[in-house]
Amino acid sequence: MDAIVVQNLSKRYAHTLAVDDISFTLPRGGVFGLLGGNGAGKTTTISMLLGLLVPTTGRITILGRDMARDRFAALARMNFSSPYIALPARLSVAENLRVYGHLYNVPKLSRRIAELAEQFNLGELLARPAGELSAGQKTRVALAKSFINKPELLLLDEPTASLDPDTGDFVRTALERYRSESRAAILLASHNMAEVERLCDQVLMMKAGRIVDRGAPAELVARYGRDDLEQVFLDIARNKAA
Amino acid sequence: MRRVWGLVFRHVAVYRRSWPRLVEIAYWPTLELLIWGFTARFFAQAHTSLQGNPTVLAGAALIAGVLLWEITLRSQLGVTFTFLEEIWSRNLGHLFVSPLRPAELVAGLLAVSVARTVIGLLPATIIAYLLYAFNVFGLGPVLLLFFLNLLVMGWWIALGIVSLLFRYGAGAEALAWTIAFGITPFACVFYPVSALPAWLQPVALVFPAAHVFEGMRAVLLHHRVDWGELGAALALNVVWTLLAAGIFAGQFRAARIRGALISIGE
Repeated sequence: MDAIVVQNLSKRYAHTLAVDDISFTLPRGGVFGLLGGNGAGKTTTISMLLGLLVPTTGRITILGRDMARDRFAALARMNFSSPYIALPARLSVAENLRVYGHLYNVPKLSRRIAELAEQFNLGELLARPAGELSAGQKTRVALAKSFINKPELLLLDEPTASLDPDTGDFVRTALERYRSESRAAILLASHNMAEVERLCDQVLMMKAGRIVDRGAPAELVARYGRDDLEQVFLDIARNKAA
Repeated sequence: MRRVWGLVFRHVAVYRRSWPRLVEIAYWPTLELLIWGFTARFFAQAHTSLQGNPTVLAGAALIAGVLLWEITLRSQLGVTFTFLEEIWSRNLGHLFVSPLRPAELVAGLLAVSVARTVIGLLPATIIAYLLYAFNVFGLGPVLLLFFLNLLVMGWWIALGIVSLLFRYGAGAEALAWTIAFGITPFACVFYPVSALPAWLQPVALVFPAAHVFEGMRAVLLHHRVDWGELGAALALNVVWTLLAAGIFAGQFRAARIRGALISIGE
């Protein structure tokens, strides 16, 4: 069973076609990058994958569940993190994790929180209000929240945006470790091309709502005759063909 | 059930360490009671007459009206304030991508609303007894039916407001504080429906509160339970709740189509 199957997915707002007939399949056990410039359709696509947004046309199947009819069964087995969505600031880190542990029906919740605290180096932060943490600490907490239910599919929106290199590396290492320890699929939207090259097995390049290219980072770099993925990104953004 | 508790726990965790928030819950009901309680006592003392005098009974009805109407106001605010807290803390995105179903979200909001209503009214109820010798529990077991009807009325008003928040985003926030207060003249809290102009009386009678307060006055002034008024309040609450639930479900679905769940706080 694949982690994500997207068939002929489109999203039209009143005057805008935000996503235009895209199809892709992501198997379990890999890390996939969703790349594109601002307005390319990444956030709209992720929102539809999360059930936040109803597609205009097309079908999404996640972990074997049709998102149009059975999204809550799929949502229980996946999770999401974004620096643009906050956790309640007045709750302590431990309380935040407890809230989401309940929402995701996590068994042996106290033990799970202790595991995450160790994994994300949160031990000294557990009693502190989430609103008093630094950006890097908040990112680690948000990532711990997204791991609370041991998701089989993890969606990440710019997981290392505005983090210092040390914290960014910490996050990337955590994702690599999770990937190696589980059969989970990870789909991340990122503007950090070095991060994508390091983490991703496959990349989907989006532009104007369409998937304009796809492949392993090394394949894309070779196909475009470039030195790195950032140059490929720029070629695509500036309409230079492979 | 556990998901509902998760949402309730999120708010319990905030209140249990914040005494200003607890004070805020009880502040307005207590203030209202003090103002109207002293007003009632002034009118009662202005007439040097015996207990049973209509002025004294009207004073009791005034105090009972303040306490009971606060049930609707507090239960409505309990739901909408709790939902707004999720908007203000930018947490809705996390909630809506979790397995929390819309019905469970509503159940969690209602549970927090009950807790806020009880906490908010407890000091006012005690003050009414200590300062004005008015025991609201003297209304008898029928008080429970008054309480439930007014609680449910607050809930369906709140569901309507949350639907407006789905439709218009945080721009509709001001309605959360004002809509229920706007209904007060038609709820006939302090006067009978017959005191309204004839053309306004049908408007009042579509609100369950008007029937509850007619029933309350029947108990206080005539010592009888008016089951007809209570039945009307219950039936109207069922109709309004179904209507509000339908609007909520429709607006939630529409928000998912428009993408408003993502931008509701903006």
